[in-house]
Amino acid sequence: MRRVVRVVERVEETPSTVTLRYDDPSESRPGQFVMVWVPGEDELPMSLAYTGARKGITVKAMGTTSQRIQSIPVGTLLGIRGPYGNAFDLSPPKVLVVGGGSGSAVLAPAAEAAIADGRDVVAALGATTERELLFADRFRGMGAVVHVATDDGSAGAPGYVTGVVDGLLHHQEFDAVWTCGPEVMMRKVITAARASSVPVFCSVERWMKCGLGLCDACALGPWHVCVDGPVFPGEALLGAAGFSEFFRDASGHRRPWGATSKADLGPAGPPPG
Amino acid sequence: MADLRVDLAGVPLRNPLLLASGIWGESGDSLAGAWDAGAGAVITKSIGREPRPGYANPTVDSWDRWGFLNAMGLPNPGIDEYPKEVEVARSRGVTVIGSVFGHDADEFAELAEKIAATGVVGVELNLSCPHAEGLGTEIGSDPTEVEAITRAVVHRVRVPVIAKLTPNTDDIVALAVAAERGGAAAVSAVNTVRALSINAKLRRPTLSHGLGGLSGPAIKPVGLACVWQIYRKVKIPVVGVGGVSTGEDALEYLLAGARAVQVGTAVAFDGIKVFTSIRDELGRLLDEMGIASVADVVGGAHRAA
Repeated sequence: MRRVVRVVERVEETPSTVTLRYDDPSESRPGQFVMVWVPGEDELPMSLAYTGARKGITVKAMGTTSQRIQSIPVGTLLGIRGPYGNAFDLSPPKVLVVGGGSGSAVLAPAAEAAIADGRDVVAALGATTERELLFADRFRGMGAVVHVATDDGSAGAPGYVTGVVDGLLHHQEFDAVWTCGPEVMMRKVITAARASSVPVFCSVERWMKCGLGLCDACALGPWHVCVDGPVFPGEALLGAAGFSEFFRDASGHRRPWGATSKADLGPAGPPPG
Repeated sequence: MADLRVDLAGVPLRNPLLLASGIWGESGDSLAGAWDAGAGAVITKSIGREPRPGYANPTVDSWDRWGFLNAMGLPNPGIDEYPKEVEVARSRGVTVIGSVFGHDADEFAELAEKIAATGVVGVELNLSCPHAEGLGTEIGSDPTEVEAITRAVVHRVRVPVIAKLTPNTDDIVALAVAAERGGAAAVSAVNTVRALSINAKLRRPTLSHGLGGLSGPAIKPVGLACVWQIYRKVKIPVVGVGGVSTGEDALEYLLAGARAVQVGTAVAFDGIKVFTSIRDELGRLLDEMGIASVADVVGGAHRAA
């Protein structure tokens, strides 16, 4: 079930995000996640930020566990299982990608694969500040048209990325929207895309334990994010109990999202109880 | 089509397949999902007094389809919060059995009374989690404790009480007899079998807790033996648990003496629709054998032994 891999590269992407790369030939598709076991620490669901033979996960530092994972050196052994879950449908000819904060991590490999297949990708990336913009250069390098918004106006449009999205949907035709970020942001993106009659697909995070559809930790409405997701049609999410409202912590206790995403809570999330 | 309905200690079930505790039990929507897939009743996650996060990951390990190891650590949101999940399930017409765990008879009784107040049709006592300090197997392997806890609970609730027993003992029959003496309406056998996984390359146990409990097809012969032995010594019904993935597995348990069976690990391998396939296959097997009702096969294998 698990295989042991060695960290071969460590890249500081932004002040709060680090990418760890490891070699693993297993088949994976953009949107899927792996369970990453850091011996002695924890095992966490991480979306693949790189899906080729040299895979990569991008870790955002929030809690103590995620900070420790960020600081592990090249050469460290990790346990990996997966990839698990579903993937983005890469067939739409022109896609708008909307990434909030570290949400860009799962969108980048999907955009790369789409562009490699001859699709057009426009990326709208949001961050608190310029230095926290994740993978903006990677999106530009792959040939995507990149639009940026920062809360403090240090790069691109000042304010939330949803403002940029509204403008793009108003002025251009898209065949699909892919988004990942805080659920309050994704809810706005879903609403805007629906108003423009564009199908929207969201990568969602929940607390996970088994990753196999058994333990119910990642229950979201009638689904389990680990096996039914993590990519969901936006319309389905609008009616799912908990979407953009609450998630269940390690005990199953319902916790409100507020304006943060699971990624921003760090892998261990808030202390339970 | 054979009649799949059974009466479990006074609880009418539309079929003998129960969602095992700990599987899909954190949210009311999930409990309802198992019901919609065909479960005859669903058993909640084991609930304690306080919110409990459980152990750190890794909490599971598995081997193809034959075995599944876990040490979740009894995560649950606590008895004050959990009733709203039961309410979600009950509002959708689901037959719910509540599961509780505690450190002693008083705690079990208090929790059982509270979960019974949510409208569940029965209460299952987790006397058998194999990997929690001061809980589960640590108290549930002592017949005196099993009897005292069962009796304390039976005095406090009106619904049938089911004692879920551990196989991690030299004499599970004595535990079943003790539960019956304490007033249990039924016993469930078995909980997981204490087990360990070591990751050789990392030179450490795979699960953060070290020891865990094995489930799935690997333990079906263990569960069958326990049901077989218990059936011969008690009058109350037995619920068979351990490795039920197909209708034939369920039928084997019924023939060994189970009046109902629980399904858990198979959900990881085949999804929640496994309830549909087990139910339909069980009905087909009974039809092929010319047996009219599930109740007619309970304990049937003992006649040949």
